[in-house]
Amino acid sequence: MKTLVWVEHDGSAVKDATLAAVTAASKLGEVHLLVAGEGVDGVAKAASQIAGVGKVHVADNAAFAHNLPENIAPLVAELMGHHDAFVAPATTTGKNIAPRVAALLDVMQISEILSVEGPNTFTRPIYAGNAIATVESSDPKLVLTVRGTAFEKAAPTGGSGAIEAVGAGGDAGLSSFVGAEIAKQDRPELTSAKIIVSGGRALGSSEKYQEVIVPLADKLGAALGASRAAVDAGYVPNDYQVGQTGKIVAPEVYFAIGISGAIQHLAGMKDSKTIVAINKDEDAPIFQVADFGLVADLFNAVPELAGKI
Amino acid sequence: MKILVPVKRVLDYNVKPRVKADGTGVDLANVKMSMNPFDEIGVEEAIRLKEKGVATEIVAVSVGPAKAQETLRTALAMGADRAILVQTDDEVEPLALAKIFKAIADAEQPGLVILGKQAIDGDNNQTGQMLAALTGWAQGTFASAVNVEGDHVSVTREVDGGLETVKLKLPAIVTTDLRLNEPRYASLPNIMKAKSKPLDTKSPADYGVDTAPRVKTVKVSEPPVRSAGVKVADVDELVAKLKAMGVHS
Repeated sequence: MKTLVWVEHDGSAVKDATLAAVTAASKLGEVHLLVAGEGVDGVAKAASQIAGVGKVHVADNAAFAHNLPENIAPLVAELMGHHDAFVAPATTTGKNIAPRVAALLDVMQISEILSVEGPNTFTRPIYAGNAIATVESSDPKLVLTVRGTAFEKAAPTGGSGAIEAVGAGGDAGLSSFVGAEIAKQDRPELTSAKIIVSGGRALGSSEKYQEVIVPLADKLGAALGASRAAVDAGYVPNDYQVGQTGKIVAPEVYFAIGISGAIQHLAGMKDSKTIVAINKDEDAPIFQVADFGLVADLFNAVPELAGKI
Repeated sequence: MKILVPVKRVLDYNVKPRVKADGTGVDLANVKMSMNPFDEIGVEEAIRLKEKGVATEIVAVSVGPAKAQETLRTALAMGADRAILVQTDDEVEPLALAKIFKAIADAEQPGLVILGKQAIDGDNNQTGQMLAALTGWAQGTFASAVNVEGDHVSVTREVDGGLETVKLKLPAIVTTDLRLNEPRYASLPNIMKAKSKPLDTKSPADYGVDTAPRVKTVKVSEPPVRSAGVKVADVDELVAKLKAMGVHS
């Protein structure tokens, strides 16, 4: 089987989510990549070094600069004429593009796969991860999105894929990019961090989040996260949100601080290797999944922890 | 401008799903069902556009069993003008749903179709994007702000790392994210009024769509259970545990 993996990048570097998608695709067969964008020579070179990669298709065109699905999907659909599976990371970009490709190919997409069980059989979460479905596709081609935390990342170096330019495609004239507000952080990204410190509604304010959560994260070189309640209350921006409707994370250590542990939050972090919970309510559901639970007032315990760790 | 709002009847957000013992799916017998929360946000957004004078008519549509009428009545009570039920007892996949909505869009000629970004049962997150592909229209997914400006709509999208704004030619497809708005509750007089609003019943065959599944569910199982660990007495004990794992500054 020949697979085509969507390379997610920021114009200069390949994003980690791509590496998990490569691992998933390698379980199906030969791995080809698609790098689309404007001025993406550097990205294409980096992508060609990912271990196990055969060919790197490069579509360099201003129309592909901002991942507009109206322009990208027809390009992918055309390349799928000689590939058997399109594989994209289940990021907001992958989720935006892949279903548009699937419909152009008249196939059903299989979303957020957790494992590859056979050439057309996969597992995936349904009901916010409260159930796991094993599904089998009967379509002639596959379109998959891959949950990044469910697959090991392919090694970013060691490969030597052949780079090939793709001339196809252009501006469909349906949409244009206006602007973006992307938070710049001197911290690891949530979805690839080894340690995450997350705060919940118990913090009570944006100031307290900064005062209590940030120093501990600084001390540990951790990424910052939050529950939906904390995001909705305006303590932190929405891209901090961990949960079914936010980011799905699986770090080595996850600190849940002042987070009660609603189902929707657990769905986003329960695959973390070690979960540490600090909450003054000893009946909080978060303690049912925590490896280490501390029943304490977070306003005392967290600064003490930051001081002693 | 007419707005089409697809809505789905799903297991209520607050009910914990139980996997059936025979592994064929999630038990939906005798449990509370409601409108998919993301679709509710879609209905609300359409109503706000009508209140602003941008939209003139809101058509709610649902594909599902006879009971999905209740979901459509909820949309009508919130403020939709009329409804179409495409009745079927089969589970309809996003691709077939998109084909049905495409046929309805051909007949109704809406300026916008506003869908939830995903339904909270299948969590597929596909139908809106697929409908955009089939209609050949632009798509603004995971919307947190929608502004119609002449023959374009500007959509602010929730993306990894922040927000992004795109400008789309109308007609267009929008899918909602959680922070787009807070849906209203229907008032009692509006619930009464909704009972007399028009609701057409159709079948997938009326639209020439084959709903035979492409993806077979082999089995549905419980996720692996995580067991509770230990409670530590104080910060010092926690620090010791973390240091033993190699976690320190």
